[in-house]
Amino acid sequence: MSTPARPDARGRFGTYGGRYVPEVLIPALDELAAAWAELRDDPGFRGELDALLRDFVGRPTPVTEAARLSHELGCRIWLKREDLAHTGAHKINNAIGQVLLARRLGKTRIIAETGAGQHGVATATACALLGLPCVVYMGEEDIGRQAPNVTRMELLGAQVVPVTAGQRTLKEAVNQALRDWAGSVRTTHYVIGSVVGPHPFPGLVRDLQRVIGDEAREQMNERTGRDPDVVVACVGGGSNSIGMFTAFVGEPDVRLVGVEAGGRGSTLGEHCRSITLGQPGILHGAMTYLLQDPDGQTASTHSISAGLDYPGVGPEHAWLHDEGLAEYVSATDEEALAGFRALARTEGIIPALEPAHVIGWLLAKPLEEGSTVLVCLSGRGDKDLDTVRHALGDGPA
Amino acid sequence: MPRLEPALRARLAAGGRCLVPYVTGGFPGVDAGLLRELQDAGADAIEVGIPFSDPVMDGGVIQEASRVSLEAGTRPRDVLATIAQAALDIPVAVMTYVNPVFRLGEDAFLDDAVSGGVSGLIVPDLPVDEAGEWIGRCRRRDMATVFLAAPGSSPDRLVATAEASRGFVYCVSTYGVTGARERLAGTAREVVESLRPLTDTPLLVGVGIGTPEQAAEATEFADGVIVGSALMARLVEGDRAGSLGLVRSLRAAVA
Ligand SMILES: Cc1ncc(COP(=O)(O)O)c(C=O)c1O
Repeated sequence: MSTPARPDARGRFGTYGGRYVPEVLIPALDELAAAWAELRDDPGFRGELDALLRDFVGRPTPVTEAARLSHELGCRIWLKREDLAHTGAHKINNAIGQVLLARRLGKTRIIAETGAGQHGVATATACALLGLPCVVYMGEEDIGRQAPNVTRMELLGAQVVPVTAGQRTLKEAVNQALRDWAGSVRTTHYVIGSVVGPHPFPGLVRDLQRVIGDEAREQMNERTGRDPDVVVACVGGGSNSIGMFTAFVGEPDVRLVGVEAGGRGSTLGEHCRSITLGQPGILHGAMTYLLQDPDGQTASTHSISAGLDYPGVGPEHAWLHDEGLAEYVSATDEEALAGFRALARTEGIIPALEPAHVIGWLLAKPLEEGSTVLVCLSGRGDKDLDTVRHALGDGPA
Repeated sequence: MPRLEPALRARLAAGGRCLVPYVTGGFPGVDAGLLRELQDAGADAIEVGIPFSDPVMDGGVIQEASRVSLEAGTRPRDVLATIAQAALDIPVAVMTYVNPVFRLGEDAFLDDAVSGGVSGLIVPDLPVDEAGEWIGRCRRRDMATVFLAAPGSSPDRLVATAEASRGFVYCVSTYGVTGARERLAGTAREVVESLRPLTDTPLLVGVGIGTPEQAAEATEFADGVIVGSALMARLVEGDRAGSLGLVRSLRAAVA
């Protein structure tokens, strides 16, 4: 595995990233950074992880040519099928890796936050597999809209703790996980669910998710004889997109596009467009693009998809944006719903609402005709059926 | 404005220990009058918090106080205005999370703090290694930089924290976030004793101290205490007299 030279020793991607956390967490972050520097290329650790990714997660996940959708859109669209990974989303790549790492560090308890519940389910799954107790913090709002995932976590033996502060979504769940960790840091590892948080998390989660793009690039070259023209992924915290982009960053002929959640419109509070409408700020330990008010209070957000409903974004994305190495766009709730329906009807795949934003963005035909487009289909839509039925007014989907 | 470290040293020189109550700025009732009453009740300095949307270093009581304060529309400049209006004889240190400082700009934020009569700043999510420029900007304004030392801080980090701190070093007593605890954690003494040889800046213990007994126990080895959640719990319940009574009994306990 080649090693991106990002971030630097202080956890910076240009000016972004860093470690803005209470002093009490610093020793654990130092320990984690040192352990990962040693283990990321360690043949023993890699062997153990790769075997689990193959035998338990079902990797490599396939790429599927979306023939009917391609025909409608006038592009050649390929889907990287993270929805087919065990537990139904890319989140398991990170969760398995971090829980293995935690066990190497001698930690005896795992905590996680979750928004859509996919990361919570993935972490609960990894903990069941590797025999560690697991506590998942989840906002009450998300517990309501992603109920099937709550049941799954509980069946997997995890304790789901409702978070009632603020907007009761992902941001507050991260806050509560960080507070737990401040008190439990000697025995507990915090499996953060995206490429966010203090150093070394953004780089660590990227390293664990880059398998998506490494596999997909090879698969595309096998199938089409070359790299795709455009690579597109949805951006919540940014882990499936970074996982996909990393294999292609710096390739002059490959356009990288991240799709943010446009929600109900461009007024602050109605969307999750951290990069396209936010300003640099500091949240959850990292400097990055942030939706905030003029006093630096974190803004409220809205998205139909719990997994994108977050006011910040991974610091590496902030850097990719500023360097012009990736571009960022958005799709509204309505466009995501249209994408959801289109993929179901033309391809027989019910996507999660998060990657449905990518399909929704493509429906407007923003790309040159004939382009080859690689889409990260980050997860499947079973968790979202209630939300979608409700949004479509109980009519036929 | 009175400077932070000399005020604390004066108390220590007189044979006493320091008492620093914390209040959440902009919380209903936390006005200039309350700050003066805290001074009269025996505070050596007051820590005033700027409420923040995502207070990850705070437990339930201060989270709730911050939420109520923000809902009442409190802005950083309102908190500074209250401090200026109180015109205290004792120094005030402002506690703020880092993003409100970053958003306004470090220089602009510090200029406002100076005009508000603030003597020191505590930024719990700005550890020393991220504070290079911040320290310089504070020094130029004679603004005390209070950093946190915690159980588990490595010897290197304790040295850096001790060197960077002015006013006092905030010794976090235990693993965890703010909030009263049943007992004073054994780690409080360890943090203070490992810092003692490294600095002569006053070493104050905070987080988890809520009773006169705990304050007395902590000041057997530390130079003083910071008491926040226990005080705010009373204010959240609307018990202003109770909060002032607590400060008077804490004063008596740390003499
Ligand atoms: C299926 C799916 N896609 C995307 C996301 C967004 O996260 P990220 O941007 O880290 O990939 C989530 C988060 O829960 C998810 O469940």
